[in-house]
Formats: sequence, structure tokens, C-alpha cells
Amino acid sequence: MITFFAWIIQIILVPVLSPLFVGIIRKIKARFQNRKGASIFQPYRDLRKLFGKDEVISKDASWIFKYMPFILFGTTLIVGLSLPMFTTFLKTNLTGDFLVVIYLLAFGTFFLALAGIDAGSAFGGFGSSREMTISALAEGGLIFSMLTLAIVAHSTNLNQIAISISSLPLRSFMPIILSFIGFFIALLAETGRFPFDNPATHLELTMIHEAMILEYSGKRLAVIEWAAANKQLIFLALGANLFFPWGIANSLSITAVFAGIIIFLIKLLILSVSIAVLESGMAKYRFFRLPDLLFTSFIISVIAIGIII
Amino acid sequence: MLTSQTNFIIALIFLAIGSIGSLAFRKKDSISNIWGNTFAAAGSAFGLLAAARTLFLNDIFSFSLPSTFPILSFSFKMDYLSAFFVFVISLIALLTSVYGMGYVKHYYRKYDIGSLGFFYNAFIAGMLLVVTANNALFFLIVWEIMTLASYFLVIFERNEPKNIEAGSLYFIMTHIGTAFIILAFLLLYKSTGSFDFEVIKNSAGLISPLTKDIVFVLAFIGFGTKAGIIPFHIWLPSAHPAAPSHVSALMSGVMIKTGIYMFIRIFLDILPNTPLWWGIIMLLVGSISSLLGVLYALSAHDIKKLLAYHSIENIGIILLGLGSTLAFTALGLNSLAIVALIAALFHTLNHAVFKALLFMGAGSVISKTHTRNIEEYGGLIKLMPYTAFFFLIGSMAISALPPFNGFASEWLTFQSLFAGIQSSNMIAEWSFVIAAGSLAFTGGLAAACFVKVFGVTFLARSRSEEASHASESSISLKVSMAILSILTLVFGVLAGTVATSLSKVSESLNTLKGSGVAATIQNLSMTTQNVFASVSMPGILLGLLIIITVTVLIVNFISRKQKEITGITWDCGTKPSPRAEITATGFSRSIVTIFRGILQPTKQTDIEYHDANSRYFPKTRTVNLETTDIYKKYFYSPIHKLIIKVSQYVKKVQSGNVNAYVLYIFIVLIILLISGVIK
Repeated sequence: MITFFAWIIQIILVPVLSPLFVGIIRKIKARFQNRKGASIFQPYRDLRKLFGKDEVISKDASWIFKYMPFILFGTTLIVGLSLPMFTTFLKTNLTGDFLVVIYLLAFGTFFLALAGIDAGSAFGGFGSSREMTISALAEGGLIFSMLTLAIVAHSTNLNQIAISISSLPLRSFMPIILSFIGFFIALLAETGRFPFDNPATHLELTMIHEAMILEYSGKRLAVIEWAAANKQLIFLALGANLFFPWGIANSLSITAVFAGIIIFLIKLLILSVSIAVLESGMAKYRFFRLPDLLFTSFIISVIAIGIII
Repeated sequence: MLTSQTNFIIALIFLAIGSIGSLAFRKKDSISNIWGNTFAAAGSAFGLLAAARTLFLNDIFSFSLPSTFPILSFSFKMDYLSAFFVFVISLIALLTSVYGMGYVKHYYRKYDIGSLGFFYNAFIAGMLLVVTANNALFFLIVWEIMTLASYFLVIFERNEPKNIEAGSLYFIMTHIGTAFIILAFLLLYKSTGSFDFEVIKNSAGLISPLTKDIVFVLAFIGFGTKAGIIPFHIWLPSAHPAAPSHVSALMSGVMIKTGIYMFIRIFLDILPNTPLWWGIIMLLVGSISSLLGVLYALSAHDIKKLLAYHSIENIGIILLGLGSTLAFTALGLNSLAIVALIAALFHTLNHAVFKALLFMGAGSVISKTHTRNIEEYGGLIKLMPYTAFFFLIGSMAISALPPFNGFASEWLTFQSLFAGIQSSNMIAEWSFVIAAGSLAFTGGLAAACFVKVFGVTFLARSRSEEASHASESSISLKVSMAILSILTLVFGVLAGTVATSLSKVSESLNTLKGSGVAATIQNLSMTTQNVFASVSMPGILLGLLIIITVTVLIVNFISRKQKEITGITWDCGTKPSPRAEITATGFSRSIVTIFRGILQPTKQTDIEYHDANSRYFPKTRTVNLETTDIYKKYFYSPIHKLIIKVSQYVKKVQSGNVNAYVLYIFIVLIILLISGVIK
């Protein structure tokens, strides 16, 4: 019975919580800019508003444009339920492999980029080009940072990684910290944060994600925004639970699950705050400086692997 | 039921009838086409039966026909490994033949259909014989049949001078490769006294380690040239686009795999106790091929050339699996070696399927737009919806997106590389790190490349007159592409079953015999000594289908009252024209710029003015963006220069003066006499 409820929580956790963390990061950033900022629940209201709007679809667009939002959203949901969130006992051998997670997210990105080209606007095309460039280069750092953990855990299964890392003695955490730095850089790239992308911009010189979805409106825009929030939460959860898996519920009891959820939320909050602080303190990089950063992420992870082997 | 051997012989007979018959009917294009392709399809179907019987009913056979030459015997052998390759060749050939029936129509009255049918059937027969030949000399003969047949297919569209040029390059490169292969076989003959593969295998102990190493280098270069590994690949990106598309599908999907077949045959079956550095060389060459292959693909704008570069990339990925196998056997980790070999074989099969699909899609587009330049396509998804859909599936498979087959084999390759990183040999570990790194980047770049191809070809608005009048291709093209698309999905979803069958092939090899206990692969869950990994491909497919359907239903229910209005794309208030869309050059330009150290992009600009004196009003501007081929610059042109230089010196000897020639003969005679006396 508890397992059943735990599964329900696991499935709805990502879509329910994800807009909240978008709101939290926006709020903290607003505070840094000496603004009051909108409520942390504003993203939910935005979604409701968008679902209630009519939409305009370009006459040049094909079925890819029409179905992309749902594909993108679907991939984030299936990834969300494969991750260790608040427990590790919901271990799934079906989709719980880190390569599956990375390539399922790539599945969504692939369609997102295609939909960017589909409407035939000048903005969508270069947005797709930039997105694919960054995600191709980020993949090395992403895979290798998680590979560091997989080598320590002798498994590429995410829940198994969380279990193994949580029982690791503190003195052997050096490579884990290194690979976390590599992962964090890839996280910023994949979720479209500073210094890679400006999530609030509508200026063609700087936008990546926004450029691809410029033609969307109404319910499809809502689904895309929601999927982007999901993706951000997924990366936060990966960072929190793979690299610092303490406090995650390893056993099947109500107290452990409850404590697991609370600690999970606290860890997500800490990561969100650090992203917001980082964004407030730095400017967006020029596009052609980004590869250096992404290769750094890769090299750091290689060093971490070098320490282990 | 006919035995495997009978099936195989029937297949060869059908192919022979097909080739001779299409020559006989060459006066009538349509009969010749139908005759040639029908018999090719029938022959392939029997080849498929033969392979299936051997693989699943253990019907292994070998037989030899007598010959009048002393050391040559026409001996065949179909073991599991041969059967696997016969399976792949026949499967793809069957579908390309169905495709060919419709595709060849647009060559009617332009080119000689009879000779196309002749060489096409000979090509398929040649490939089937290459993977079943059991004698080195016989092998060389059928290897040559395959090569020459494919050469004539490459220059089939002979009115284009570029195709003749591509054919010549292919002819020269592949024969340089054959020279290396002959040397390798001669060395084996010298040590074992036989050209028979079976005899060489049984007396492999007589071969000294040094000879083995030399054989490795020779065979690696020789067969590697056919497989298209960098830097011996230069023929591939020009020859594959030149051939008719269904032949390109065969060449790219299947023919280059014969090189892989011989790698496995020689290094894992015939020669025992291979040293570690063979595997490491293969891993490093595989890394370079996969990474450079995808980078060159990104900068290519000829759709078939781009696909050809992706073949180089995928051969690189197969080599990563094969290199891991060799390294693991040298390290004594035989169970991991089996996993790695399964990955390599599986990727061989998968690449054949999705690459054939992509070439067929490209052919379908080319036959309607009459150009290979992707900049002149655009908007074809509305005009050719089926082709677009099938091409999309192929693109997703080659980009390793789950649940398609490309992901399954890349996942296995990744897992074997990861296991290699934890092997306890410093040099091997770091080679595996490099290999895994290159595979990680390759996956992402391939996805970027196929977003480019699919987006620029099929999406947005048409960029040329031809593209805006395209229409959907005929039924034979659609059927063969549909079957391949289904296979792409089936091999992906049933990856566990396929992997189990492939483990039988791997365990039958001499080096790996009876060592597959520790590694179990079932339902793509892999457990080896201390590594655990699992993935369920049906799970991914079902999950995606259910969740996406539910999302669509829920969202449409919530917003059921909202309207969907069709409007024009917003383009800052201007009327959107095809010129506003991103081009393939523009799309890949940022990646090309990032890898400028390797790709060395060049830019030439040229402006023509209305008035040459006052340079204010430019009439036309041309910008020419190109990338330099570094392997040509740093590998082939130095060799070319060296040969020219040496030839200049040699020329001095050949003065044309008869007196001098008599002197040469005299000197040689004296040297011979002296050496005879001393002995």
C-alpha cells in the first residue's frame, strides 16, 4: 500500500513541484535586483492563464510543430518517474539507467529543435542551431560526471548509484565533488540558465530556448513552459540525489518517506538558491565562449574519473 | 524444408539468372528492371532463409567445389558468424531490390538498365560469397567481383564527370587496400603453408608473434580501407553519393561491413592470443573515425555525402565495440569481450537497417527534386509525408534516441566501454576513457546533424521551384521504407532477444569459445563480474506512448473551448519568405566554428558593384564557406608529393638511350653472377 502511494507521489511530484522552483528562483533573483518580485506561485497562474487562451498556429507548420509540446512533456515525465526523488526503493530496472535518462531528454530536445525550424521563421532556426550546439557539447560533461558516480557504484542504475554513494565514507568524496562541478556546468547549459542562456530575454542576439518557441501560444506554450520547468527540476533532483544522497529514504516506512520528502525539498531549495545567486552575480557569456566552459565540465569529470581508476 | 546449403545455392543461382537475364533484356528497360530486381529479391530471400536456418536451427554447412588450380579451392563455409553477415546482407538486399523496382524507373531511356541489373545482382552475389568464402585465394576472387561490380555501379550515371572521378578514386583506393590484404594472406601462407582458412586456424600456433603483428597491420589497413576508417576513407564520401540510391544503401549499409566481418574473422577466429595493443589501436582509430566522421557530416550539404560521412562515424562506433573485444580478450576478461562483441555486431545490424532507410529516404527526395543539395529542399513534409515520416524514424535511430535500435546498440557499446574503464590496466583504462568520451560527443553531434538534415529538408517552406512541386514517391519505395522503419523499431524494442541471439554468434568464435557464463544479457539487462546495468526497451516504448497519449488527451480536454487559429509566421512584420529560413550552412556554422581547429573553415567573399568606381551599391555578394580536408592536407598530399618526387628521380634512369639500357642489363647480369658465385 505504501509502495502504491509512494509511486503516485513519485509520478506527480515533478509536474506538481516544478513551477514552484521556477517561481522561487525568479523571486530570489528579483530580491537581488532590489525588486519585490512576483509571488513564488506566479508560474502556476501563468500556466492557468495560457491554458485559457486561444492559439495561433503558423500555416507553414507541420504535425511536428503540433505534437512537439506533448512529446517534450512526456519525456520529462517518464524521466521524472525514473529518478531517485525521495526514496531509493522505487528502483526501476526499466528506465532507471542514467544513459536512458540522458537520451530520453535528448529525445525531447531533438523535437524541440525540429519544431523551432518548422514554422520557418528566422528566429526559430538559429535558436535550434544554438540549442543543438550547446546540448551536443554539454552531453560529454553530463555523461562523464554521472559516469564517475557509476564507476564508484559499479552500476549505471540511478537508484543504485544513490544507494552506493550514500554509504560512501566522507574521505572518498573528492572525485564526487569534482564531478559535481562538471555536472553543475552541464545543468546550467541544459536548463538554459546564465551564463548559457537568458531565460527572461526576448532579444534575438541572446536567446536560445525562447527563440525556438517564439511561434507558440496558448495551451501548447503552456505545455512547453511546464516541460521546461520539469526539466529544470529533474536536473536539480539529479544533482541533489546522486551527488549528495544523504537523507533519502532507503526503507519502506511512512516516517522515512516523510523525512525523505522534506529533506529532498530542502536540498532542492539549496540548489535553487545557489543557481539564483550565481545568476545574479554574473553576466551571460558570448556564445563562442560557451564551448570552453562545456569542455571544462568534461575535463573536470575526466579528472574525477582519473582519481578513481 | 530445404537445408541451409540448398537455400544458399538457390540464392546464388537466382542472382546469376537475374544478372544474365537483365543483360539479355537490355533492349527493353522496364522488363530488364523488373527481371533484375525480382531475381535479386528472390535470391536475397533465399539467402535470408539460409542464414536463418543456420542461426536458429544450427544448420551449419561447408562444402567445396573442385578446381583445376592446385592451391585454389572453391570452398564455402557458413558458420554462425557468416550466417549473421549473410542475414544482414540478404535482408538489406531484399528491401533495396523492392525499392529498386520503383526507383530505377527515373533512369529509363537515360542510362543502360540492363547493365545496372547485371552489376547489381553480381554485387549482391559477390557480397554473399565474400562472407562465406573459406579459402584465401577464392576470397580474393570474390572480393574482386564485389569491388568491380560496385565500381561499375558507382559510375552508372556516367554522364556526370564527377561520378567518373569518384569511381576512379574508389577503384584506386580499394585496390591499394587489396594489395595489403594479399600481402597479409601471403604472410599467413608462408607460416602455415595453406590458403585454407580452416587450416590456417588450426595451425595458427606456427605463426610467430612478429608475423602476427605484421598481419594485423596489413589486414587492418587493407580491410579498413573497405570499411572506411579514417584516414583510409577518402573514397567513401565521393563514391557512395555517386551510385544510384538503392545501391548507396547497399554500399553504405552492407558492403563496408564486409571489412568488419574480416576483422572479426581474422582477429577473433583465426589468430589466437592477440596482444593488447591491437585492441587499443582499434579503440583509438574508432574514436577518431566516429568523431571526425560526424564533424565532416555536419559540414556537408550534399544529402548523400552527409549520410556517407555518417557511415564512417558508425563504422567508428562498431570499431569501439570490436576494439573493446580485442582488449578484453587480451586482458583475459572473456565475458566482457562477449558483451562488447555483441555490441559491435548489434550495431552492425542496426546501422545497416537505419542507414539503408536513410539512403532510401534521400533517394526518394532526390528522384523528385533532382538535386542532392539540401539547401534547395524545404517544406517536403507536406508534399512527401510518408518519406518524411520514414526519414524521421531513421534520423531518430541514428541519433541513438530510445526506443529505436540505434540506442540499444550504443547503450551496449557504452556499457562495455564503461566496464573497460574499470579494467586494471593503465593504458587500456585511458584508451577506454578516450573512446567513451568520443562516443559521448558523437551521440550529441549526430543528433545536431540530423536536426539539420531533417529540418532543412522537410520542414518550413520550400526553397526552390523543384522542391515546391515535389510529390510522394511510388508504392515500391514506400513499402520498402516502411518495412525498414518497422524493423528499426522492432530491433530496438526486442533488443534483448536480438542480443541473446548474437551472444550465440559471439560464443562460436575460436577465441571466445565457452566463456559466456559470467555475462548475461537478457532483456538488455547486463550483469557482469561487478557491473550491473539494465534497460527495458519495451518499457520505454510503452511509457512514452502512454504518457504522451494521456498528456494529449488531458490538455485537449482542459483547453477544449479554446480555438486554434491558423496564421502566418511572425517575422518582424515582413512577409516570411524562404530566404528568412535558416540554411544548412547557417545551422552547422556554429559547430564548425567551434571545431575550427579540426575542420579549418575557409571563407571567401566576393562583391560585385553596380559601379566599380563608387563602391557603395553592391549588386551581388557571394560568400563561399568551405571546410578543408585535413587528412588530404596532412596525409594524402605529402604522400602524393613524395611519389612525384621519387618518380622524378626514377625518370633519370629511363633516359631513352639504348646504350644505357644495355649497360643496365650488363650490370644486373654481373651482380647476378657474383651473387650466384658467393652463394
